Amino acid sequence: MNWHRFASPSNFKRLSARIFPWAAGGAALCLGYGLYQALFVSPPDYQQGQSVRIMYIHVPAAWMAMFVYANLAFAGAATLVWRHPLAEVAGRAIAPVGAAFTFLCLATGSLWGKPMWGTWWEWDARLTSVLILFFVYLAYMALNNAFDDATRGARASAVLALVGAVNLPIIKFSVDWWNTLHQPASVMRLDGPAIHPSMLWPLLAMAVGYTLLFVVLALVRIQAELIERRLGALVQARLSAGHAQ
Amino acid sequence: MKLPKARAAKRKRMAVLLLAMIGLGTAAALTLTAFDDHLVFFRTPTDVATHKAPLDRQMRIGGLVEEGSLERVAGSTEVRFRVTDLEHAVPVVYRGVLPDLFREGQGVVANGKLASNGVFTASEVLARHDENYMPPEVAEALKRSGRWQHTEPPGAKN
Repeated sequence: MNWHRFASPSNFKRLSARIFPWAAGGAALCLGYGLYQALFVSPPDYQQGQSVRIMYIHVPAAWMAMFVYANLAFAGAATLVWRHPLAEVAGRAIAPVGAAFTFLCLATGSLWGKPMWGTWWEWDARLTSVLILFFVYLAYMALNNAFDDATRGARASAVLALVGAVNLPIIKFSVDWWNTLHQPASVMRLDGPAIHPSMLWPLLAMAVGYTLLFVVLALVRIQAELIERRLGALVQARLSAGHAQ
Repeated sequence: MKLPKARAAKRKRMAVLLLAMIGLGTAAALTLTAFDDHLVFFRTPTDVATHKAPLDRQMRIGGLVEEGSLERVAGSTEVRFRVTDLEHAVPVVYRGVLPDLFREGQGVVANGKLASNGVFTASEVLARHDENYMPPEVAEALKRSGRWQHTEPPGAKN
């Protein structure tokens, strides 16, 4: 299969126009269903009571923080190795979305930590590594914007994205490798989920909804970035034509 | 002649990238292994029993609140309990507000100092919950049918 044909902006436009309505409709459906189930239908937890409902916002946000980062690192590799122009644009477009998911994860985690653990924040390995992920997102955005030449910015930040990818396994396994305040994984573990199905299904609906929301945001932001670049190129061409006269 | 050259350049960049990632991964793994001792959030009662935990210095110990060990001192907020990892236990004294989740058999992390007489004086007590989520009825049913599994003490890996 020739992946290069997806990399051309005009093909991307056509493909994204086909995907967009499905992703947007699916996101609305899943998030609507998931939120209703999470807030009104699912049972309270035997230990945590009603506070457990924060999980349906917090856990998918944490998954997305890492999933978007994996995409960012992949876009970085494609930028550096294959010099795909669309990968450049994609990295730039999805970084703020990933940062927003990471922030949502940290904020809801803090709100959940106070009633359950008795603290807003502790410097344990899981919390700290996610905070580092947030800072790496911010650094990526800053570095990407630090150059006049968009391609130079994209390459510099692509290196940063790949370096930061080391953090992903650290986040995932921090709760297994070290003693942490944060409990180990409940869903993505080898011997099956440790969550009752009545709570697991709303959680999975939310996770699918978050993922589709990410697809929608990524498509819109990539489109906007492509239009912006096209506009920039046109202005540039007009200016140099003016000089030539 | 232009195409093969471009392809060779791509392969070279790919190889450099892979090597760099392997190097970076190794460096990160070595660093984390070297700092292993400092990356733990708390010590276990076994660490205390085997003298791996520092005396008279601020640290955290974590485990389960031993069943039947909780005593409240009348007329004050002082509580005494034992933190256990089901192998060893450490007596803890604490004066202050306990988190809602705090109860016997529950995971707990206490921040404070270990005295030479083996008593841990805590200045802060945090609750820790495990990775199991279920409705109260299910928990009840599991307990009734005897299939309830005792909470694993935190940090009891390996």
